[in-house]
Amino acid sequence: MVDIKKKANELLAANAVQVVIGFEEGTSGKSRAIFAQDAAGVDKLIFNSQCVLNLAVYLTKHEIKKLGKPAIIAPLPVMRAIIQLASEFQIKESEMAVLGVSPEGKLVEFQTFAAIESYLKDFKIAMDEKEKEILAKISNMSLSERFDFWMQELGECFKCYACRAACPMCYCHKCAVEQNKPQWIPVAANNLGNLEWHAMRAMHLAGRCVNCDACHNACPKGIPLNFLTKLMMVDAKEIFGQDGPSLKDGHLLSTFKPNDKENFIR
Amino acid sequence: MTEFEPKIVAFVCNWCTYAGADLTGTSRIKYATNVKLVRFPCTGRIDFMLLLKAFGEGADGIIISGCHPNDCHYTSGNFHARRRWIMFRGLLNFLGIDTRRIQFSWVSAAEGGKWADIVNSTVKSVRELGPYNDYKKVADFLETEVTNG
Amino acid sequence: MTIEKYLVKSASLSALFDKIKASGKVVQAPVKKAHTVDFMPVNAFNEITDDYIVTTQSAKSVAFPRVEKLFKYTKAKKEVTIADYAINTIPEVVMWGVRPCDAAGVSPLNAIFTWDVDDVIFTTKLKRTTFIGFSCQKSDACCFCTSVGGNPGATAGSDILMTKLSSGNYLAEIITEKGKAIQVLAPEFFEETPSEEKEKNLAQVPIQFNYLEIKEKVDAYFESDIWKAQAQRCISCGTCAFVCPTCACFDIQDENHGKVGQRIRNWDSCCFSQFTIHTSGHNPRESQDRRWRQRINHKFSIMPDRINAYGCIGCGRCSRACPVDMNIMEHLIGISQLAKK
Repeated sequence: MVDIKKKANELLAANAVQVVIGFEEGTSGKSRAIFAQDAAGVDKLIFNSQCVLNLAVYLTKHEIKKLGKPAIIAPLPVMRAIIQLASEFQIKESEMAVLGVSPEGKLVEFQTFAAIESYLKDFKIAMDEKEKEILAKISNMSLSERFDFWMQELGECFKCYACRAACPMCYCHKCAVEQNKPQWIPVAANNLGNLEWHAMRAMHLAGRCVNCDACHNACPKGIPLNFLTKLMMVDAKEIFGQDGPSLKDGHLLSTFKPNDKENFIR
Repeated sequence: MTEFEPKIVAFVCNWCTYAGADLTGTSRIKYATNVKLVRFPCTGRIDFMLLLKAFGEGADGIIISGCHPNDCHYTSGNFHARRRWIMFRGLLNFLGIDTRRIQFSWVSAAEGGKWADIVNSTVKSVRELGPYNDYKKVADFLETEVTNG
Repeated sequence: MTIEKYLVKSASLSALFDKIKASGKVVQAPVKKAHTVDFMPVNAFNEITDDYIVTTQSAKSVAFPRVEKLFKYTKAKKEVTIADYAINTIPEVVMWGVRPCDAAGVSPLNAIFTWDVDDVIFTTKLKRTTFIGFSCQKSDACCFCTSVGGNPGATAGSDILMTKLSSGNYLAEIITEKGKAIQVLAPEFFEETPSEEKEKNLAQVPIQFNYLEIKEKVDAYFESDIWKAQAQRCISCGTCAFVCPTCACFDIQDENHGKVGQRIRNWDSCCFSQFTIHTSGHNPRESQDRRWRQRINHKFSIMPDRINAYGCIGCGRCSRACPVDMNIMEHLIGISQLAKK
């Protein structure tokens, strides 16, 4: 952390940035976001295995933007989110500094977003053993078992939208569920409304999810809804060869290839 | 006992499949009457959520059809649609929603025969699958009043 | 009525439960679910878990559920038939296993639903609910009931309060007539009072701040920057309001399905970014600091002023559920430490 804190202090002292977005110690061993604007704040910065919140979610918030140009502490999930947000024109290279954190906890300095993307080539998003196991377990269930499984899990949802709020890719100022002409997704929490909400959100994240699990971690009911977005990621890779966020490649659902392959269209 | 007649909703594009369906009619080809058509300017306009909405409104099966690739009236609408369908179908399957009840096809304005064939075969297979009761139960929350939390 | 004290042997608890069930009441109790511990209707005593500090969600759903049908309508040409909520279908419910803080939350919630017009659905549901509370033997870092006028063995809001003694048996305090009605179902299980002190068997929850001070600080510091500093990490997700026992904001929607539909009331949260958006597009609470300020203001200043009830009972659910660790207790301590103006 020493190298990161040193750099953060340097940037603040030189007024190169006005705020450092990082992690600090929270309640009972949890970690939480801190917006350090001076040395005292920088001193509180930590980085450990509890730091699972995706800080990139703050980059698109107007209240945080008002604090000034930010430097953001960026472990791998945050780096990936930054590239994805940049490719969607939500953040500009010149308007922020990125203090990368390697998997070993060391500072990695980036001057450009392209440098981040290049760094990420060595850390491709991949399902680990546990994730593969769960995906396989669900996929190997019979159709009705799968439906029952998801009705059971999604039945717990009471539509608090914490998943949406914690996701760095859900930055729409007015979410589709907040429109009421038409009320496309029912406001009520019932199996149908929950299914429609989660299916829609998974599709809106197709090709954009960076596998940070912020949605699942935020869910007060512990629903494994991150597996819906993981499934989309796996499909995007296997079917279309999309291998993580990219500044240059087009987005999964807003581009196409004339020879996209499928086997179900007659 | 009356045989179960499936309710099928078809989301079709105006320029190809809808015209093709017209041709089926003008050619006096007889085909199953279970289908209600919803006409779109292009398959690219078909919101993926409409499929779930159709099931939620009581459809037992769905047909989605448009222009052949490279023939889209708006050049690339059907290419976008195809990508969307590929991803969405994977998600639906993962969620345990019966994708055997959804038939995707490319039917051009000249393929009156193909349209009849698509409709007939879809109706036949959905009839064999039976009514989509699992989904209807979930969608019936107005009556069952099953809510969460 | 004056509180009556009895001893209920731990071995009798299950039989008492059975007698209550046999009387026809619906019993809801904390059940260990896939990922949480929450109130569910139970049929057998062994479904109940006692492995919880507080349940993830509050007990407010018994009177103010997540989704509530207000009325149903059917349209036929120009005729509209409305079927009102059938009050007489509301069952008698026993909420078994609420904590003293949960029980304390009933009064402010009731104050909200009766301050202007009596919300008949809510008040009827509440009238038909009996709360059997269980005092707390343990607490965690998020609990702060003692800072807002409560304590781990408080009786306010419970109809019966059970406190586990060192013997493993329970001190049963019958607090209200409703509690008496439960005792009457199985009087054989309510034995002579023990002489053991209740306080020795309660969790220790140190007082962190004086809630009466919060009000004067909130009023004095309305325009201060402290709200910005506190609200920075909030992501306006809405979870805190949903798990809170006293939060009552709601959104009314019509769910229509052709010729039939219903008007339903859903939980809402003042922390959602679009909560106060006007039809014109103007949003008076456009930034998170304003929404956060409003949340504290409402619970600690507006509610006491208008309906003589504090809107926070110190259960700490919001802090536990919050994805970004807002920890309301920390913020309240910060507010209470502001200099007097």
